Amino acid sequence: MELNQLTIHELQKKLKNSETTSVEITEAVFKRIEAVDDKIHSFVTLMKDEAFEEAREADKEIQRGNGGPLTGIPIALKDIMCTKGTRTTCGSHILENFIPPYDSTVVKRLRDAGAVFIGKTNMDEFAMGSSTETSYFGVTKNPWDLEKIPGGSSGGSAAAVAADQCIASLGSDTGGSIRQPAALCGIVGMKPTYGRVSRFGLVAFASSLDQIGPFTKDVEDCAIMLNAIAGYDPNDSTSVHADIPDYTEYVSKSIEGWTVGIPKEYFIEGIDPEVLSAVEAAIKEVEHMGAQCKEISLPHSEYCVAIYYVIAPSEASSNLARYDGVRYGFRSDAGRDLMDMYKMSRSAGFGDEVKRRIMIGTHALSSGYYDAYYKKASQVRTLLRKDFDEAFRTCDAILTPSTPTPAFNIGEKMDDPLQMYLCDVFTISCNLAGIPGISVPCGYTEAGLPIGVQFLTGHFEEGKLIQIASAYEKNATLERRRATI
Amino acid sequence: MEYEPVIGLEVHAQLLTKTKIFCGCSTQFGAAPNSHTCPICIGMPGILPVLNKKVVDYTIKMALATHCNINRENTWARKNYFYPDLPKGYQITQFAEPIAEHGYVDVEMNGGKKRIGITRIHMEEDAGKSIHDEHQPASYVDLNRAGVPLIEIVSEPDIRSAEEGVGYLRRLHEILVYLGICDGNMEEGSFRCDANISLRPKGEEKFGIRAELKNMNSFRHVQRALEYEIKRQQYILESGGEVIQETRLWDDSQGVTHPMRGKEEAHDYRYFPDPDLVSIVVSDEWIEEIKKTIPELPLEKRERFVNTYDIPPYDAVVLTTSRELADFYEETVKNCRKPKIASNWVMGDVLGHLKEDKKDIEGSPVSAVSLAKMINLIEDGTISGKIAKEVFEEMWKTGKEPKKIVEERGLIQITDTGSLENAIDNVLKTNPAQVEEYKQGKEKLFGFFVGQVMKITRGKANPKLVNELLKKKLSAS
Ligand SMILES: [Zn+2]
Repeated sequence: MELNQLTIHELQKKLKNSETTSVEITEAVFKRIEAVDDKIHSFVTLMKDEAFEEAREADKEIQRGNGGPLTGIPIALKDIMCTKGTRTTCGSHILENFIPPYDSTVVKRLRDAGAVFIGKTNMDEFAMGSSTETSYFGVTKNPWDLEKIPGGSSGGSAAAVAADQCIASLGSDTGGSIRQPAALCGIVGMKPTYGRVSRFGLVAFASSLDQIGPFTKDVEDCAIMLNAIAGYDPNDSTSVHADIPDYTEYVSKSIEGWTVGIPKEYFIEGIDPEVLSAVEAAIKEVEHMGAQCKEISLPHSEYCVAIYYVIAPSEASSNLARYDGVRYGFRSDAGRDLMDMYKMSRSAGFGDEVKRRIMIGTHALSSGYYDAYYKKASQVRTLLRKDFDEAFRTCDAILTPSTPTPAFNIGEKMDDPLQMYLCDVFTISCNLAGIPGISVPCGYTEAGLPIGVQFLTGHFEEGKLIQIASAYEKNATLERRRATI
Repeated sequence: MEYEPVIGLEVHAQLLTKTKIFCGCSTQFGAAPNSHTCPICIGMPGILPVLNKKVVDYTIKMALATHCNINRENTWARKNYFYPDLPKGYQITQFAEPIAEHGYVDVEMNGGKKRIGITRIHMEEDAGKSIHDEHQPASYVDLNRAGVPLIEIVSEPDIRSAEEGVGYLRRLHEILVYLGICDGNMEEGSFRCDANISLRPKGEEKFGIRAELKNMNSFRHVQRALEYEIKRQQYILESGGEVIQETRLWDDSQGVTHPMRGKEEAHDYRYFPDPDLVSIVVSDEWIEEIKKTIPELPLEKRERFVNTYDIPPYDAVVLTTSRELADFYEETVKNCRKPKIASNWVMGDVLGHLKEDKKDIEGSPVSAVSLAKMINLIEDGTISGKIAKEVFEEMWKTGKEPKKIVEERGLIQITDTGSLENAIDNVLKTNPAQVEEYKQGKEKLFGFFVGQVMKITRGKANPKLVNELLKKKLSAS
């Protein structure tokens, strides 16, 4: 196996035993990027010079015996997290040349942990999309089949891990943007509890839903990444004061005696038969491990997509108002006066999907419509949250499919926004309720495309989430494949 | 028909915190453009606001001082609109759930008191400033003010005249400054006022159509603008017309209000709860803590001054115009126990000199204790009131203690009867003609003799004693 194919915990051992160096791992990663990124297009910006500098620094630290679990590990960042001195585009023309003068909190934490940043990954523009096709910088392809989309919006971060262009990466998840691409790319992706990871420096899409989380090659790596990024941040008022356990301690623990809820609303018509049978097999596996699976009901599930497409665009319409061409970013020269300058800069600077959502959100917040849309959606959101509270009173975890279908063809849903929005039908509820969720590989279609299973737990129960995901990953009799490209 | 004005005022007061409401930048006025900014207050991508707790402390203080109910859980909202000096494209403010509601202040009007209701007080961030260059097609934006904390105080439509409006404003201003939470500077925009004004036939319950007045930068502007607007609307109504609901700007040089140009009209601000901030939960302990820091307010202080010091209400008003002045007065009284005399000195000589020197009471070279000592010297007969003026001048110039000045310059009053008698004899001897005239009944000349005695004693003679002795001598001779 090549160095770039290994996991964090495998590399950590090799680094500790001086079997390799961070510079060697970083070389392997960049060799891989140079070999395949033309085809996949995971990256928007590479940080090669900085990466080798950080790798050399990491090697020194390791030699001194100071290395932590992430010291010297090459990591990719979704291009939505601000990196001091490195442009942060959010996949948008309007931020094409935006260079933040500050690091986001997660970047700072990973930096402090000794991670090596190799580049910024492609994404749907402003994280609005489920296929990484709306990026101003072009489409990212699924490493398992270059005709297919990798999922989105964090498609670049997912593809980079799946294609071994990095060891792990960070994404952001507003309605499934980590878990859905993780499922479609055959890797592990987690969205932590809202408030568990600081949003400071994360370019906002929908502030009450956005949360940063890791993409990794296995669950143990996910725990290692979460250890590094979780925790209260005085710069984010919505981050929560709560003890952070060592999540790696939940790896390989038994789930014997657990009750796992299977919400009947998630096994609907229209779900791909191959996905359905893979997830049903996963349920059996979980039962084999000594857990009891029982059918439950989350009665407000049918409203999830509707609530989401009111709340997320509403918040977005306000969050994206600052891109007006006045202070930074793209400005159209064509305007004759101020109003013109705004209109032309925003018309030319944003892509269609972003404009569509700004318009939906602006409408939903307008006077006369606010009560019927935004307020009503917020009320139903509360009911949905109660559904989950109720379920977790009797269940340790909930199991669902991660996505209704495997990866679809590039271009297939671009002209049908409603079909595209339904890609997130199983992942949205988790953001609306603020609970943590993880997608883990659970099989392949006949055509060789990965399928994911999603686990959900109660607020701030990432430990239990790691526990069930890890138990499933270790004990399920599953064929393990690698994307071949 | 007789019309009655219905006026409500919206006051924006800048809070005197050292740092901005959601970041650590300085709030200082007058710095180089954009020098007090950071990624947070210029609204860069990915940044988040973190609330400055001092802002809430100060707002609770104002809410308590104006008898408001404090909402124990209150929330932040976004007010969305595009403007170059609004970096995020929205202002963080409070909308559906403000921190305080249902308060009032009492305003002194022609000897009586008028109670004016306060609908709500809420916190918000200020916007920046746009500067338009008339000589080139360019505008500049200074974001130093962006994120400076404001409170908005909205009155009930309880105000019925321009005088009441200004009275209410002065009262709010006074409270804010007394509490030490706003510097009250209207020229620098620390205290701003907009007005809603309509007219209705007297006795009518329903409100008329209102106009909103802006651009009033002093109390005088407010007074004149309200007076003008009352007349304008009255004229329209009396000639059978209809007032248009619009925003009008006060033009002080012409003394009229003009309608604001159309583009600012009909905004839909699309308010919604700000997801970046958690709600503010105000505990009983927090309120108690703040209560302890509230000083006696001007109105209460005035009443107390009148009652305990037995000074005229006018004196009490002047002496309580600032907390520091009131403290100075009370310190003086404490050390001399002559409230009215102290009031005369503070209101006259002290304030007069301060005005001349363009100083605040904090900058007075004469301390309250020194002033009291000087008053004591008058009271115990050491110096006359006239000499005291001279002593005070010297105290002001040199900061010396009054006793020392009196000693150095030999200003001690002559109370020795013998030497005064000598002086009087001297005067009577050198002015025989006047003595004769006096005896013929020209009693006015008495003052002349006193003056002459004072002249030869260089003002040091005890006037009461001079009177007594002079009378005796004139009737005897
Ligand atoms: Zn700032």
